[in-house]
Amino acid sequence: MLSFFEKIGGAIRSKITRLGAATRLFFSIISYSSDSFKRFNLTIREIYFTGVLSLVIIVVSAFFVGMVLGLQGYYTLQKYGSSEAIGVLVALALVRELGPVVTALLFAGRAGTAITAEIGLMKATEQLSAMEMMAVSPVARIVAPRFWAGIITMPLLASIFSMVGVLGGYVVAVPLIGVDEGAFWSQMQANVDFNYDIVNGFIKSVVFGIACTIIALFEGYDAPPTAEGVSRATTRTVVTSSLAVLGLDFVLTSFMLTV
Amino acid sequence: MQKDLIVSIKDLAFGYAERQIHKKINMNFHRGKVVAIMGGSGCGKTTILRLIGGQIKPTSGHVEVDGQIVHEQGRKGIYELRRKMGMLFQHGALFSDLSVFENVAFPIREHTNLSEEIIKDLVLMKLNAVGLRGANQLMPTELSGGMARRVALARAVALDPDIIMYDEPFAGLDPISMGVICDLIRTLNDALGATSIIVTHDVTETFAFADYIYFIADGIVAAEGSPSDLKKSQLPFVKQFVHSQKDGPVPFHYQANDYLQDLRL
Ligand SMILES: Nc1ncnc2c1ncn2[C@@H]1O[C@H](COP(=O)(O)OP(=O)(O)OP(=O)(O)O)[C@@H](O)[C@H]1O
Ligand SMILES: [Mg+2]
Repeated sequence: MLSFFEKIGGAIRSKITRLGAATRLFFSIISYSSDSFKRFNLTIREIYFTGVLSLVIIVVSAFFVGMVLGLQGYYTLQKYGSSEAIGVLVALALVRELGPVVTALLFAGRAGTAITAEIGLMKATEQLSAMEMMAVSPVARIVAPRFWAGIITMPLLASIFSMVGVLGGYVVAVPLIGVDEGAFWSQMQANVDFNYDIVNGFIKSVVFGIACTIIALFEGYDAPPTAEGVSRATTRTVVTSSLAVLGLDFVLTSFMLTV
Repeated sequence: MQKDLIVSIKDLAFGYAERQIHKKINMNFHRGKVVAIMGGSGCGKTTILRLIGGQIKPTSGHVEVDGQIVHEQGRKGIYELRRKMGMLFQHGALFSDLSVFENVAFPIREHTNLSEEIIKDLVLMKLNAVGLRGANQLMPTELSGGMARRVALARAVALDPDIIMYDEPFAGLDPISMGVICDLIRTLNDALGATSIIVTHDVTETFAFADYIYFIADGIVAAEGSPSDLKKSQLPFVKQFVHSQKDGPVPFHYQANDYLQDLRL
């Protein structure tokens, strides 16, 4: 019985220790950030790897998500005779929720895992140690550029996701189903608020960007320097990031709806 | 005398969790000398290099580099000290996303503002010294183990450090490269006026070219001296090593239970 509680206690303690270590990594990234802004080309390289190379999966998923929203939305709305509102529905769903959230989930799977595996392997093959011995901080050279790249990339990807999604919804609603084109766009314009919807969606995606990137970086940096350690860390990146995104989304949404 | 002491290790003790690795180590490294550290596998040779580089902190005692106590330095101080050091890692530790050329150029780019042409000349000179100038555009995955180590060597000396640490520079090299690398270590040492600290298992080569040798066993310096002194030594431990005998005071096995008992005989 005692050992049962010991196990639970131990598990909780190790979680808290890791949270503390992640927080320390976060602050050390911040303290090294001026270095990485001075050499912004490193960050730009990472923006290419995390952002540009994620574009295909983002655009394709967004298009399908938009088309499904168009279909589902139309079938529900037409029961109430307001099928012109389909444009609003698609746009709001994307800008407020699906854009930031699905982008973050895809980001965790596509870019987050790559970051964790890369840093974990660099650690396992002593590349990080070697860098330290050359008096170059791995946090400044490797970790911080990836962090800023993640934060810059996520809102951009999320807005691309929303745009392409709206296009997907349009393709289903207007040419395929035959909703009035003018009503589709004008209702959308009238009912999507810049401050309320777009800015809030942007804030969400920045927060998700911070969360996903710091989790991926920390898991890689903290991974045991073995093949098994790196593979587990990669899995943990996806699981932890996804849960964090969904949890944060609920918290942020509830704040945004009450304010 | 004290002036040309560049690295000194005093009453150093170190352990990982429960396992004590070093009990009491005392070593001195003088400017311009090639000093070898030898000992059985797992006796903590790599760990000593990491302690000198300040990557880990001793449990007691200290390492002094150029008059400064390493583990008492802050981040800045440690980086300042490390700029005087070059280290060849046991497995090379080349940056896998950079080409051979960029690997060697890395420390130069990080710590100097030299022009691209000068960097290019410097890098090609260093690569030429290890015989791999022609391989400068290859990626680390395209190199053999021995080649990778030679590139790592070129990278370790890219900034002409005062202290060069080599972790098993000869492992996995063919006899020709081995001779070349031996000469190279000597030349670099003498040309730069540097101090070389070499961790190695290779008895013949080491006895042929080191100025001073430390043997570590059981967490202490078990024997030390110049190669000629050590060759004459009657210590059973040194004899075992020099003549590579299996039986002797240095155990081949990691500490374990009784063998027969483990096999349930
Ligand atoms: N990160 C670590 N955590 C726990 N123990 C470690 C760690 N790194 C090394 N050790 C232990 O410390 C001891 C000394 O390791 P070290 O790498 O210094 O050996 P070595 O003398 O360089 O051996 P080799 O000649 O085989 O390279 C080993 O017995 C090893 O088990
Ligand atoms: Mg070693």
